[in-house]
Amino acid sequence: MSPENRAAYWRANLRLLLACMLVWFTCSYGFGILLVDQLNAIRIGGFRLGFWFAQQGSIYIFILLIFFYAWRMNHLDQKFDVHED
Amino acid sequence: MTLQALTYLVVGGSFVLYIVIAIWSRAHNTGDFYIAGKTVSPLANGMATAADWMSAASFISMAGLIAFQGYDGSVYLMGWTGGYVLLALFLAPYLRKFGKFTVPEFIAERYYSKTARIVAVICLIFVSFTYVAGQMRGVGIVFSRFLEVDVEVGLIVGMAIVFFYAVLGGMKGITYTQVAQYCVLIFAYTVPAIFIALQITGNAIPQLAFGSEVSGSGVGLLDKLDEIVTSLGFSQYTDGSKSTIDVFCITLALMVGTAGLPHIIVRFFTVPKVRDARASAGYALFFIAILYTTAPAVGAMARYNLLNTVQPGPVGAADGNLLIDSRPDWMRNWERTGLVRIDDRNGDGRIQYYEDKNVAFQGTADSYGWQGNELTVDRDIMVLANPEIAGLPNWVIALVAAGAIAAALSTAAGLLLVISASIRRAGSPRLWHLLLVSRRHRCSR
Repeated sequence: MSPENRAAYWRANLRLLLACMLVWFTCSYGFGILLVDQLNAIRIGGFRLGFWFAQQGSIYIFILLIFFYAWRMNHLDQKFDVHED
Repeated sequence: MTLQALTYLVVGGSFVLYIVIAIWSRAHNTGDFYIAGKTVSPLANGMATAADWMSAASFISMAGLIAFQGYDGSVYLMGWTGGYVLLALFLAPYLRKFGKFTVPEFIAERYYSKTARIVAVICLIFVSFTYVAGQMRGVGIVFSRFLEVDVEVGLIVGMAIVFFYAVLGGMKGITYTQVAQYCVLIFAYTVPAIFIALQITGNAIPQLAFGSEVSGSGVGLLDKLDEIVTSLGFSQYTDGSKSTIDVFCITLALMVGTAGLPHIIVRFFTVPKVRDARASAGYALFFIAILYTTAPAVGAMARYNLLNTVQPGPVGAADGNLLIDSRPDWMRNWERTGLVRIDDRNGDGRIQYYEDKNVAFQGTADSYGWQGNELTVDRDIMVLANPEIAGLPNWVIALVAAGAIAAALSTAAGLLLVISASIRRAGSPRLWHLLLVSRRHRCSR
C-alpha cells in the first residue's frame, strides 16, 4: 500500500471508530445515565424509557454496533485491498 | 427422585459431556494448544467467547444485585457489555492482525521491551488468579447448597475437572467444551426465567414480561414493584439511590476493566481470519446479550416474588406479614447455609422485611410496631433460589446448579489457559532468570 493510501485507510478507520463511539456513548452514558430522568417521563409499554435504555436498550444497540463495525471494516479492507482472501 | 440425587445426575452428566468433548477435540500440536490451530468457526468462537466471558458473577450474582439495587444495578449491564464493545472495536482486531499468541508478546514487540513484557505477564497473572478465585468460590457455593458437600470439596472437584480438560485439550479442547458450557448455562438461565415470567405476567419472553402487567391486576410489573418497595421504605426500583456521578463513574470503571480481560482478548486469535474475528465479536455479544437482557427481568421478578412471599397482606396490617412458622422450604434450606437469616426482633412471630436504615421511614415503621428488619437475604442466592421461590419442579433447580457450574468452569478454564500460555511463551525460564538474576546483580552491586 502506498503511504497516501495507508494514511487514507487509517483516517477512514478512525472516522468509523469515532462514529461508533458516539453511538456507544449516547445510548449508554447519554440515555441510560445522564438523561435518564428526562427520558423516564416517556413511557413505552410498561417501561420508563430511561430505565429501559439502562437495562435493555443499550445492550441491543451494542450488538448492532459491533456488527455494523464489522461490516464497515470488511468493506474498508476490500476497498483498500488489505483483505485476507 | 430427590433434589439432591437429581442434581448429582444433571451436574455429573454435564461433567461427563465436557470430558468427552475434551477427549474428542484434544490438541495435537502447539498451535492447537494455544490458539486452537486457528480453525474455529466464528459462530462457535462466539459461543465459546460468551461462555468464557460470562463468569459465575454474571450467572449467579448479577440478577441478585439488580434485584436489590433496581436501576443502580444497570451499571453492571451497561458496564460489562459496553466494555466488551471497547474490546471488540479497539483491541481485538488489532491484536489479531499483529499475529501473536498472547498479549504480553504483543506488548514486548510493540514497545521493544522485555521489561514491559514481564510487567504485562505479572499484571496478567495477578488479574487472572484473582478472577479464578472468584469462579472457584461460585463453584463452591453451588456444591455446598445442592450437593451438600463442603465448599472445599466442591472447589477441588471443580479444579480437577478443569485441570483435566485444559491440560488434555488446550485451547482447542477448551473452546469446544465452552461451546457446550454455553448451551448448558444459557438453557439453565432462560428456562426458569420463562417459567417465572409466565407465572407472573402470562408473557413467556422475560425481556417483554419485565414491562408487562402482573396477571389479573392491570398494573405493570415495574410499577407494582415501585409501589411495594417504596411502601416498605426502600428506594424506588426504577430510580435507584445512587447519584448520577456515581452511576457514571462505576459504569466507566467496569467498562475499562472489561475491555482488558486477557482471556477474552486471546479468543480472537483462534479464528482463521481478521474478518472472522470481527464477526465472532458480534456473535459473542449476541450470545452474551441473551443472558444479559434476561438478567434484569429475572432480578425484577425475583424481587417481586420475594416481597410477595414475605408481605402477603397489606403493609402495616398486624397480619400482613408472613408467619415465621409457615415460611416456605426454600427459606429453611438456605438458612442452613447461613445465606438467609431470620431474626424476630419484635417477637410477633412474623417476618418484617423493610429498609430500617431509611430515617424518613422510621416513624412509619414505629407506628406499625416494627423494630428493625428481620430478614437478610444474601444477594448471591437470588438466581439459585429463584426456581425454589417460584415453586418450579426439581429438575429446573438441578439445571440451574449445572448452569452455574458451567459458567464458573468455562471462565476458570479460559483464565488458566491464558496464564499458562503467557508464562510459557514468555519463555518461562527466561522470565524467571531475568527476574532472579537482575535481583542478584543488584544485590551483589
